[in-house]
Amino acid sequence: MADVCIALIPAVIVSVLFYGWHSLLIFAVSCLSCCGIECVVTTYLLKKKSTCGDLSALVTAILLALNLPPSCPWWIAIIGAVVAIGIGKLSFGGLGQNLFNPAILARVFLLVSFPVQMTNWTSPKGFIADAFTGATPLGMINEGIMNGESVSQILSKSSFSPVLSLFAEVGGSAGEIADVALLIGFIYLLCRRVIKPYITLSIWASVALFSFIFNMINPDLYTGPLFNLLTGGVLLGSIFMATDYVTSPMSNLGGVIFGLGIGIITMLIRYFGAYPEGVSFAILIMNAFVPLINSAFKQRKYGRK
Amino acid sequence: MKKFTFKIGGVHPNDSKISAEAAIEPLKISPKIYISMAQHLGAPANPVVAVGDEVRTGQIIGEPSAFMSCYVHSSVTGKVVSVGPYKDIAGREAIHVGIDVSPDGDVWADGIITDNSLDVKFPTDRQTLLDKIKACGIVGLGGATFPTHVKLCPPPGSVAECLIINGAECEPYLTSDYRLMVERPEEVLTGVAIIKCILGCRAVVGIEENKPKAIESMKKALESLSEKNSEFNDIDILTLKKKYPQGGEKQLIAAVLGREVASGALPISVGAVVQNVGTALAVYEAVQKNKPLIDNTITVTGQVSPSQKNYLTRVGTPYKDIIAAAGGLPDGNIKVISGGPMMGRAVSNLDATTLKGTGAVLMLSEEQTKRKPAQACISCGRCVDACPMGLEPFYLLRLSRAGMMDALEENAVQDCIECGCCLYSCPSSIALLDEIRLAKASVMKIIKSRPRK
Repeated sequence: MADVCIALIPAVIVSVLFYGWHSLLIFAVSCLSCCGIECVVTTYLLKKKSTCGDLSALVTAILLALNLPPSCPWWIAIIGAVVAIGIGKLSFGGLGQNLFNPAILARVFLLVSFPVQMTNWTSPKGFIADAFTGATPLGMINEGIMNGESVSQILSKSSFSPVLSLFAEVGGSAGEIADVALLIGFIYLLCRRVIKPYITLSIWASVALFSFIFNMINPDLYTGPLFNLLTGGVLLGSIFMATDYVTSPMSNLGGVIFGLGIGIITMLIRYFGAYPEGVSFAILIMNAFVPLINSAFKQRKYGRK
Repeated sequence: MKKFTFKIGGVHPNDSKISAEAAIEPLKISPKIYISMAQHLGAPANPVVAVGDEVRTGQIIGEPSAFMSCYVHSSVTGKVVSVGPYKDIAGREAIHVGIDVSPDGDVWADGIITDNSLDVKFPTDRQTLLDKIKACGIVGLGGATFPTHVKLCPPPGSVAECLIINGAECEPYLTSDYRLMVERPEEVLTGVAIIKCILGCRAVVGIEENKPKAIESMKKALESLSEKNSEFNDIDILTLKKKYPQGGEKQLIAAVLGREVASGALPISVGAVVQNVGTALAVYEAVQKNKPLIDNTITVTGQVSPSQKNYLTRVGTPYKDIIAAAGGLPDGNIKVISGGPMMGRAVSNLDATTLKGTGAVLMLSEEQTKRKPAQACISCGRCVDACPMGLEPFYLLRLSRAGMMDALEENAVQDCIECGCCLYSCPSSIALLDEIRLAKASVMKIIKSRPRK
């Protein structure tokens, strides 16, 4: 768990640099409320030894904060923490028992319950960049296409470029803005052998392949692979959320199937759904399939057919 | 060069072969030894000596009581002072023969050749060889101490295709097999040739890549031996990748032959017979020198051990004497283990004595052995990846805690080889094997209690 926290540090730094004091406040509120709820519920409600020390609540807290829009009110983080830790994790029996990734569950809960606060992409003043206002690239595309514009028209109006998005120039939630920072975290997790690459890579591959095919069919209606990989929550979700041990399949092959499912559902929502972004829904849906995947793709037993 | 290994699971603990360069030296014989009649799996031997009897080195003191049983010989010359219960390393009582060792040194039993000259010419009559092995009380020295003569008589209908000699020594710390391969390769190989002759098949010696000196020495010895003798023709030395538990019988067969022994079946069902390097040497000594299995090489090691030793030790030597010879117990809380850190057993009683199959005395400090408090299982799947039998240890643990015996059997808990890879790989420090071992024992009991068809 400590390794996951370390891997998240670059993303946290970038979001604080870009979104300033307010971002720091959100991180602080999220961490305090997640750990606090974990501590209170385990000690007083479940009457067990507090499990705060295993750092899993801290990981959830950082991920939750990275999933919130930069300008969201601080109390959103507290509600998110209650849903993530209280409902998403402890009501299932605590660490290791939860079916859904707590941070994703909280994000989806907040998105559905507080749509205004959760899609306000006006960013507060950061330390190194000016205030940034406007919709996310995915939001722009979603709205533009509904107004009958083509992808290239919409993109030409905005300042989006895939290269720039690598270095945080695009509006989005705190964890979506700096792809390089997330990739550094990914490499760290791989080097420390905390995660295996199968789930992440199969999400990338399926997102890229799916959007490549649709982009070939109609480039005016469907955005291309690079755009889809680098915008929204694909990187954050594929590296830090889909790879959560508890809510992902155990075997490598199972992980690939899981990743493919996430990639395809994400793209279906992006292209055909009402929401501009679908990674969190996709992960949540595939989380529900994990027990099935686990029983379908078991390790072969020695000397048995 | 292609390096062989098994496919399912396995872990890579630090091999810690810190006693590797300590040449084998004979341990001074203890003044008093206790030889257990329960040397191995199967039925214990019946003692055939009484208090007051004078025994010579190599003389029979215990006779087999059943098919799965072996002769036990006196490892010293002296006077029998007790025949009765004596506590083993776990504190359980077993019949031991206690002998006061004569100060005048060894008087060998009739027929035993005590010179160390190399003798590679052996009789090729199968029954003669088997009789000698049986008479000398040879058991497998790789861990399970299965009576060797039983293993070398395949049941009717099955044919041995390949003799696999286990030189993997995959357990961390252990170096006794390594020293034998470095120091006595010709004798080991002659033992291999004898076993191969009994089985009438080819032979492969599998050695892990972290023992280049042993591989080189065995290859060199094999080359010079096979130039003069045709018995050494079908023997190959195979380099194995370093991976625990490569020395496990089923894993070694998978690594060398690429075959898997079905659950509940014997290795011979896939044409394999596995014997350990130490056993090959014991077979050599039995056939060529008429010498019973009365001593074996025991590694004394551990970072906290005052010295690193490979002792040629008489069977029945008290652990405390071995430790004293190596410099005594270090200060602090020390855990003494008989065998390696992965599969060895804790020695709760230093008055207990060594058996034929004892391979090492490992001393570990409190810091090395103290377990971290167990945390929640996060379903990371490390134990599933690590299990060389392809089991799901985390699931077996859950089933075991729920007391679901039927489900445990369906999920093959009885296939567990108790190698400890699951426990080793668990990031939440859950003592998986501890509980799985108990569940396995319960399930085995149920399986055995069923009426046979």
